[in-house]
Amino acid sequence: MFRPEDYDIPNTDIAWCPGCGNFGIIRALKTALAQLNIPPQKVVIVSGIGQAAKTPQYVKAHMFNGLHGRSLPAAVAIKMVNPELVVIAESGDGCTYGEGGNHFIHTIRRNPDITNIVHNNQIYGLTKGQASPTTPRGQVTTLQIDGVYVDPFNPIAVAVALDASFVARTFSGYLDLTIEIFKQAIQHRGYALVDVFQPCVSFNKVNTYEWYRQNTYILPDSYDPTDRELAFKVASETGKFALGIIYKNPNKPIFEEQLIPYRNDKTPVALRGLEV
Amino acid sequence: MQPLEEVSVLISGAAGQGIQTVEQVLTAIVKDSDLYVFATKEYMSRVRGGNNSTTLRISCKPVYANIDRVDLLLVLNENAIERHRWRMTPSTIVLGEEKFVRDEPNHVVVEFSKLAESFGNKIYANSVAIGVLAGIMNLDVEAVSKNIERYFSGKSKQLVDANVSSALKGYEIGRSLGLKLELRRCEEVKGKRLLNGSLAVALGAVAGGCNFVSSYPMSPSTAVFTELAKLAREHGIIVEQAEDEIAAANMVIAAWYAGARGLVTTSGGGFALMCEAISLAGMIETPIVVHLGQRPGPATGLPTRTEQADLNLVLYAGHGEFPRVVYAPGSIEEAYELTARAFNVADKFQIPVFVLTDQYLLDSYYLVGELKSVPVERYIVKTDSNYRRYEVTEDGISPRGIPGYGEGLVRVDSDEHDEFGHITESALVRRTMVEKRLKKMKKIIEESVPPKFSGPDDYETLIVSWGSTYLIVEEALKLLNEPRIAHLHFSQVYPVPPVARTYFERARRTIFIEQNATGQFANLIKQTFCIDTSEKILKYDGFPYSVEQIVKAVREKLGV
Repeated sequence: MFRPEDYDIPNTDIAWCPGCGNFGIIRALKTALAQLNIPPQKVVIVSGIGQAAKTPQYVKAHMFNGLHGRSLPAAVAIKMVNPELVVIAESGDGCTYGEGGNHFIHTIRRNPDITNIVHNNQIYGLTKGQASPTTPRGQVTTLQIDGVYVDPFNPIAVAVALDASFVARTFSGYLDLTIEIFKQAIQHRGYALVDVFQPCVSFNKVNTYEWYRQNTYILPDSYDPTDRELAFKVASETGKFALGIIYKNPNKPIFEEQLIPYRNDKTPVALRGLEV
Repeated sequence: MQPLEEVSVLISGAAGQGIQTVEQVLTAIVKDSDLYVFATKEYMSRVRGGNNSTTLRISCKPVYANIDRVDLLLVLNENAIERHRWRMTPSTIVLGEEKFVRDEPNHVVVEFSKLAESFGNKIYANSVAIGVLAGIMNLDVEAVSKNIERYFSGKSKQLVDANVSSALKGYEIGRSLGLKLELRRCEEVKGKRLLNGSLAVALGAVAGGCNFVSSYPMSPSTAVFTELAKLAREHGIIVEQAEDEIAAANMVIAAWYAGARGLVTTSGGGFALMCEAISLAGMIETPIVVHLGQRPGPATGLPTRTEQADLNLVLYAGHGEFPRVVYAPGSIEEAYELTARAFNVADKFQIPVFVLTDQYLLDSYYLVGELKSVPVERYIVKTDSNYRRYEVTEDGISPRGIPGYGEGLVRVDSDEHDEFGHITESALVRRTMVEKRLKKMKKIIEESVPPKFSGPDDYETLIVSWGSTYLIVEEALKLLNEPRIAHLHFSQVYPVPPVARTYFERARRTIFIEQNATGQFANLIKQTFCIDTSEKILKYDGFPYSVEQIVKAVREKLGV
């Protein structure tokens, strides 16, 4: 059995601020991988650019740290070429919902068997505090000096609207919940979105640990994530944000399984012709 | 009757009238009649109307280049003649329905639509036209029915039969017109294959081991994408239409990272969006092969026409400094060979490799001999637990592992990184890595494709061309038959093969022929060898050079 420490990279200079919400996410990720007993050699973490995108720098696994907003096309291609790998695309709200918005939509349409963890701190941290696509209307930033005057992007509602096969939200301050959701997302067959609230302690003085605790609630056990109408309702709530698995459609075809080279031969395209 | 050596047929009509059908079927019939053929089309950026055309050179001798002269003009709509009048000679025969051709001195009337209607529908008019042309040139009648049947093979028997009957009726009429446009046959054609540039690039990719293609459609590069899709089942190729060019390029890079051999096919505007991804490939030292079918820019430009103005774009695409290779095939055979080679070179040196074609090359057909097989060279290593993706080596090439093959971890980072792929801001590591990446250039240059030289060794004037103009210039110089002119053609345009210097040094005069307005390749040569490259023949109207135009331009330059 693997332990979370087995995914540590020794002597790493971690570039996150003390108290950053990313620490909870990386701990939850390593714990989830350990509990699922997935060897580092099987995992590829793909990211874009930003503070969240540094996550694979600190996880012992394969890493593809590419361009801003482009983690999803890269992750999808890696999964297409080698479906035996566990592919996790992990990046921030700006990377995934802003720069990479088009890829977000079309990756959901494809439904590859990948996990998409989005560190959502509702601010741009690496560039020091501009609004992100998820910053609430009215919030004042260094750039939006009179407050943001557009509506925030609602990734959960968009994902449900596109019938994404797994849609969840968690808060990095709740470690056990996050571990559990990560495990289910990784085990889920198909595209799994996990939007993780994660406080930016340096540049977002509104959405703090305390704020997330007060403005979120955990979905009850009785909640049925396969009910799409209910999921829409939960995704559209304006009061407190729901945490948990909000929507699931396990019956969608898996993208890479439909590709021509895999119809009669399951050998990953990447390994064909190599001496195994 | 003395058979002719060559007939040049121009078919001209509106978009949507099926000119491409006529081109496709007729070229196949010509080939099956043991004759050489060269066909090239020009078309407007519209789905219906306007005026499009295709020119077929049909000959008992090899033909490989575009010409202006028209011997037989098949007119299918009202504006066809006016658009092509400048290409007509006093002996050009104009063939068509009376309403279109009656004012022309050398006209021959055939009522295609009425004849087609006698077989049930005027949509058979194209088959009638194919038949008439085949009859006029006394092409093989069996080849007519065979190729019509093959073209319509997916349709109902009734439709196939009606088209065949229409074509045979057309053939009979063609024979009866009394036009003396018959050609001597040539047995050697049997062993050859009819190919256009798009299919050649696709077949080259397959020969190079391509098993992944992701792109976003854009003229004129889309045909390569669709040809690869047709080849996907047989060759196990993953084909994905990306949501945009940015996704396409990032997918192809990640596919190589994971162990595939990927191609992206695009044109200038699409490639402009991929420039950041090219830098990514440069930084993470992951191969990528880009096919760029040039068309006139800037922006949307002339979407369906031809130009050679994206050389600077591929030379300088991406920020920062890293090695790359740019091929520009001069022929359909080279489009195949260099695309295949691009995969091996990209894999070996872990760099972006470009295949730069253009609308003219992609949309032109001619007969080629057997395509050489190219060995697929894979350079992937099985990793051990101490694997370092960016191990510093003497030649700058680190062994490339892929995830899931061996014990090691393959970690690539678009940030500057150390040998393990880990982010760094160390000035020492930065210098080491920049040098490591650029060091590859030495070996890359050693493996250059040298330029092709033709003409007398004691030349005074050296004509220099690159890319698709090769065969047009070759034929033009043969016609010119001037003893002191030689031709140097580059199909690897970057890095400029060092051997080229000797050719320039021996020339008293050097004239560059390019299809752009600023002489981009001449400027690159000037920058490389510090020589005078001011004499240029340039064309940038969207239409390809013809043999006649090159002859005229060279004569004017040299005063001969």
